Amino acid sequence: MANGSTSHYPAAPAAQGIESHTLCVLVDNEPGVLARVIGLFSGRGYNIDSLTVSETEHEKHLSRITIVTRGTPMVIEQIKNQLERLVPIHRVIDMTVSGPAIQRELAMVKVRGKGDDRVEALRLADAFRARVIDAGPESFVFEITGASDKIESFVALMLPIGLVEVSRTGVVAIQRGPEGM
Amino acid sequence: MTTKKAAVSALGREMTGAEMVIEALADQGVEHIFGYPGGAVLPIYDALFQQSNRLQHILVRHEQGAVHAAEGYARSTGKVGCVLVTSGPGATNAVTGLTDALCDSIPIVCITGQVPTHLIGNDAFQECDTVGITRPCTKYNYLVKNIADLPGVLHEAFHVAKSGRPGPVVVDIPKDIQFAKGLYAKPKEIAHKGYQPKLKGDLERIKAAIEMMRHAKRPLFYTGGGIINSGPKASELLRELVKLTGFPITSTLMGLGAFPASDQRWLGMLGMHGTWEANWAMHDCDLMICIGARFDDRITGRLDAFAPHSRKIHVDIDPSSINKNVKVDLPIVGDCTHVLEDMVRLWRAGSGATEKKALADWWQQIEKWRARKSLAYRNTPDLIKPQYAIQRLYELTKRRDVYITTEVGQHQMWAAQFFHFEEPHRWMTSGGLGTMGYGLPAAVGVQLAHPDALVIDIAGEASVQMTMQEMSTAVQYRLPIKIFILNNQYMGMVRQWQELLHGGRYAESYSHSLPDFVKLAEAYHAVGIRCDKPGELDAAIREMIGVKKPVIFDCVVDPDENCFPMIPSGRAHNEMILGDAAESIDEAVTEAGKVMV
Ligand SMILES: Cc1cc2nc3c(=O)[nH]c(=O)nc-3n(C[C@H](O)[C@H](O)[C@H](O)COP(=O)(O)OP(=O)(O)OC[C@H]3O[C@@H](n4cnc5c(N)ncnc54)[C@H](O)[C@@H]3O)c2cc1C
Ligand SMILES: Cc1ncc(C[n+]2csc(CCOP(=O)(O)OP(=O)(O)O)c2C)c(N)n1
Ligand SMILES: [Mg+2]
Repeated sequence: MANGSTSHYPAAPAAQGIESHTLCVLVDNEPGVLARVIGLFSGRGYNIDSLTVSETEHEKHLSRITIVTRGTPMVIEQIKNQLERLVPIHRVIDMTVSGPAIQRELAMVKVRGKGDDRVEALRLADAFRARVIDAGPESFVFEITGASDKIESFVALMLPIGLVEVSRTGVVAIQRGPEGM
Repeated sequence: MTTKKAAVSALGREMTGAEMVIEALADQGVEHIFGYPGGAVLPIYDALFQQSNRLQHILVRHEQGAVHAAEGYARSTGKVGCVLVTSGPGATNAVTGLTDALCDSIPIVCITGQVPTHLIGNDAFQECDTVGITRPCTKYNYLVKNIADLPGVLHEAFHVAKSGRPGPVVVDIPKDIQFAKGLYAKPKEIAHKGYQPKLKGDLERIKAAIEMMRHAKRPLFYTGGGIINSGPKASELLRELVKLTGFPITSTLMGLGAFPASDQRWLGMLGMHGTWEANWAMHDCDLMICIGARFDDRITGRLDAFAPHSRKIHVDIDPSSINKNVKVDLPIVGDCTHVLEDMVRLWRAGSGATEKKALADWWQQIEKWRARKSLAYRNTPDLIKPQYAIQRLYELTKRRDVYITTEVGQHQMWAAQFFHFEEPHRWMTSGGLGTMGYGLPAAVGVQLAHPDALVIDIAGEASVQMTMQEMSTAVQYRLPIKIFILNNQYMGMVRQWQELLHGGRYAESYSHSLPDFVKLAEAYHAVGIRCDKPGELDAAIREMIGVKKPVIFDCVVDPDENCFPMIPSGRAHNEMILGDAAESIDEAVTEAGKVMV
């Protein structure tokens, strides 16, 4: 509502800065665990910009979920606390504040074109260290890994050449240095 | 969720899944279970039938009633409340109760039957996605797809329900698993890998808290349901700490009874319908010591005007309660009992409050606020005022072993204001969800746990009709609960808001076509009493207390009375209105305030 401050319910917080954070979440790999995490985000109105999940330690039945989310500092703190209190969740690390971390995603980019366009596409792919993983007389599929903004630049450059579609994994992240999560 | 945590000792005894349910409940110390049978739980009912009286099953009349009864049982004893319902409609009927228990942090284990595993997902008869539906309204839930997991899951369910911040846990058991045979093992020490609530508070922070308390000039304890959750020891320690410090104390609706209402340092309940002195003290304090309360919006009112000059300490076992609505200066994650123990010890070790003069001034200010007598109301000779009815009920029962439950509405607030509690676990009310229909079944659960006590549901004529059928349960099990209805012929709380916010347009808030509650009681083979004259009230209440059967007491009260004090929409703590100021309410409520009520 427009004038939240005059309601008995707490007013919407004054426009605080919105931050993007990358969270790594270690969970028991059991049925429904992803539904719990996603249900938490949808139920409490948090944003998910990117989500990846896969089993990472088979013997211990542990999966690692990487979530990129946005919110005010208070909301980000709530998200972490709410995640941590879910029973099958072991740890939550905020990669954005816990020290230097590396964030990567993988994308497959399909481009259609002939003649000069093909040459230009290959030249750009080379500059971005993207690999050709499928080629036909009229198309390429490139595989590219890197930080999200690098992938976005690459995709933007392919658009005028003949971008057909993009498939992205979403972000995965790991901390630099010898320590594990 | 099936789980691998369910390691079963090879030395376990072989039995069916249904028998395991009975064994596990008995091993967890369960004596009573509230339930309702159906196709998907028949094997468990069969096992119940064949067991040798270790468990008593209480047949309710609606599954919502089963959960509320278990809540009343749990809240009045500190034990886990237990529920058994069938698949599909049995499970969905339980959802309101489960959500209620989640909001108010009540430990419940609810066992639901499910269609056989091979039919799950097939739209089988009475199938519903119980774990999907209850995921957001439970602390945790399990679907057991393998008999080997069942004993471990059952034991873990109790552990999760009662440890940390308590809450409801659902165990969904397909019918084929109830028939399957496996090895049952007794509960062992459960050490969940991920889930380990922190009990002990950080000592450095507690020391810092004590430092802040020693230097405070206008300190205030703001306490809540967490003290009750933590157990009777927490209440004892709280009393000690308040005595040692000499600080004033207020509590939320959920925390009533943790501190004796008769104590001079008690300011009464705070919040929307709290006392003048409690809310003003919150507004003007320079140090707020919040213990086991969660800064609910019925407490804070307008956030930007909430206790503007205060520093805040917050003790809570759930980190997600901290800094959720209000940013605090010193968070302490831990269990109330543990943290209070440290606080008492550290306060004793030091040299007491250094600001004696300031504290005396603070008390003087508080006494001025108290002198306004914010709960005052005007009695009339011909109509029973609802406040008067609660006052008389309190005076005539206070020397007895009494437990109070409530429904939701004005009567609930008047009960909180006028019935005074000296002990924890005596007050059962639906605070977070505000579930009409909670009080009657909750009273059934309380009476079962305390057979010789006087258990009274302070009810509204609208709320009580939502779960009235549990009268039949009370009669069946000879539970002499007293349903004390403040019959104002309105959904009074709704009518009050309509009067204050919607120009007196009473849309659908009149309680039309009410039953004759006396005859209704008699139809249930219980006792009905009606009273509509102030002069006859005492005698009627005495009569009610004397009856050793369930009673419905139809107390006909002034239909137009409003509940004050009240912090109206769009206002801060210090803008609360009192009964005498009722004429000025219309202008006190702003247009925008209507939107979010
Ligand atoms: C019609 C109506 C009117 C209402 N008006 C008012 C009003 O005027 N005033 C009022 O106070 N309420 C009012 N309420 C109730 C209100 O909605 C909330 O339910 C209530 O204020 C919450 O109480 P609480 O903060 O004590 O939290 P609870 O819901 O009791 O939560 C307990 C807190 O303690 C923590 N905790 C649990 N166990 C432990 C432990 N062992 N150790 C440490 N911490 C623990 C939990 O994590 C949680 O943060 C009203 C409700 C209704 C239906
Ligand atoms: C299940 C449910 N439905 C609706 C409401 C909204 N509501 C809150 S109080 C109230 C009126 C209660 O009337 P009554 O039981 O007569 O109590 P009174 O306020 O008159 O004391 C209603 C409808 C609710 N809290 N719970
Ligand atoms: Mg009413």
